Amino acid sequence: MDRDSSEFSARIDELIPRLRRYARALTGERTAADDLVQDTLERAWTKLHLWRDGSDLRAWLFTIMHNVHVNHVRSRGAPTVPIDDDMADAPVRPTQSDLLEVRDIEAALQRLPLEQRAVLLLVALEHMSYQQSAETLGIPIGTVMSRLARARERLRVMFAADAGASLKVIK
Amino acid sequence: MNKLEITEAELHAWLDGELPEEHRSAVESFIAAHPEDAARLEAYRRNDHALAGRFDSVLEEAVPARFAGRPAPRRGRFLQYAAAAGLLVVGGFAGWHLHGVYGGARPGDAPSWARRAAVAHVVYSPEVRHPVEVAADQEAHLVAWLSKRLGAPLKVPRLDGLGFGLVGGRLLPGDQGPVAQFMYQDGQGQRLTLYVRTNREQIRETAFRYAQEGNVRQFYWIDRGLGYALTGEISKEDLLKVANTVYQHLNP
Repeated sequence: MDRDSSEFSARIDELIPRLRRYARALTGERTAADDLVQDTLERAWTKLHLWRDGSDLRAWLFTIMHNVHVNHVRSRGAPTVPIDDDMADAPVRPTQSDLLEVRDIEAALQRLPLEQRAVLLLVALEHMSYQQSAETLGIPIGTVMSRLARARERLRVMFAADAGASLKVIK
Repeated sequence: MNKLEITEAELHAWLDGELPEEHRSAVESFIAAHPEDAARLEAYRRNDHALAGRFDSVLEEAVPARFAGRPAPRRGRFLQYAAAAGLLVVGGFAGWHLHGVYGGARPGDAPSWARRAAVAHVVYSPEVRHPVEVAADQEAHLVAWLSKRLGAPLKVPRLDGLGFGLVGGRLLPGDQGPVAQFMYQDGQGQRLTLYVRTNREQIRETAFRYAQEGNVRQFYWIDRGLGYALTGEISKEDLLKVANTVYQHLNP
């Protein structure tokens, strides 16, 4: 291993716990999350020549992880709901299944569309700035802000509905 | 301050500390004057913290050894080609050197079915998600299915005594029809494959023969009309031990 790659290796190692945290929250499943981390690391090593020294390594790795995950989800044909960013002001209402199934923050998180979940996690878990989140996900900053707002509101409504239902039961 | 002058995006920007200094006081007075919005923002903050509370523990978990440092080329360059190029690699096996372990065999190229077995090994053994078609928890079904397709009663040797558990198996196209591949894995994730084909040639039995390309080693033999190829990336000595165990299980 040459000097550059051993330095790169040490810097990547420092970021692995954060990649795992993001992967766990993104996929909601431990094994899938670690597979995602592994695929991300393997891709990062093969694309090392594309990383510009001095640029944000964390953002670069998270970008790779996000892309790998999106490709996995697409190849599985999982039902992701495409987000129409022009509909940012559409009211958010919990669906019937939201009301029935949301028990905790993790379950609620998995009910968010992937695009919204990714933004919320970069901001709330990684404490990335809007600008960093936009660069990481390759989307405009305005899109980051509208997805973030919708993600938070949707989570809030799920919990508000849940709390309301509990109150009725207690009565 | 009129609500229309404060956007939803500004409220979130305030929450995230992204609001430019000059807008901050206007947003804060708006929030002070609108308790419902204040409660909503408080709920957002609470949920953000709940997310951190749920997932921050992952940061403390021991990192699996497989993530540390540059991933060693798990299978040499040759295997990467194999995975990428599939059948093209078959030609690469033509150069395999070969000699009998128990004597009697003369140097020459491994037969095409043994080369196919080696290619199948390098193609499927790196698979993370779909290493097999039928997993070991349905072993009875796996054996019945593959026996039916090959038209011969198959047995799956137990290698647990050597530390290799059955992962499962799959059906593959061989040079003369369907063949079976069983996959085994040890505690370190090291995988072996046992390739079984029906042998239409007249040969009923042969000694163990050995072939190697890079780190990929293989013993193959014919027994009671079935061809077996055991392939892996472990040492020749260890692979021979496994091959003997396989042979004994098939000839109790």
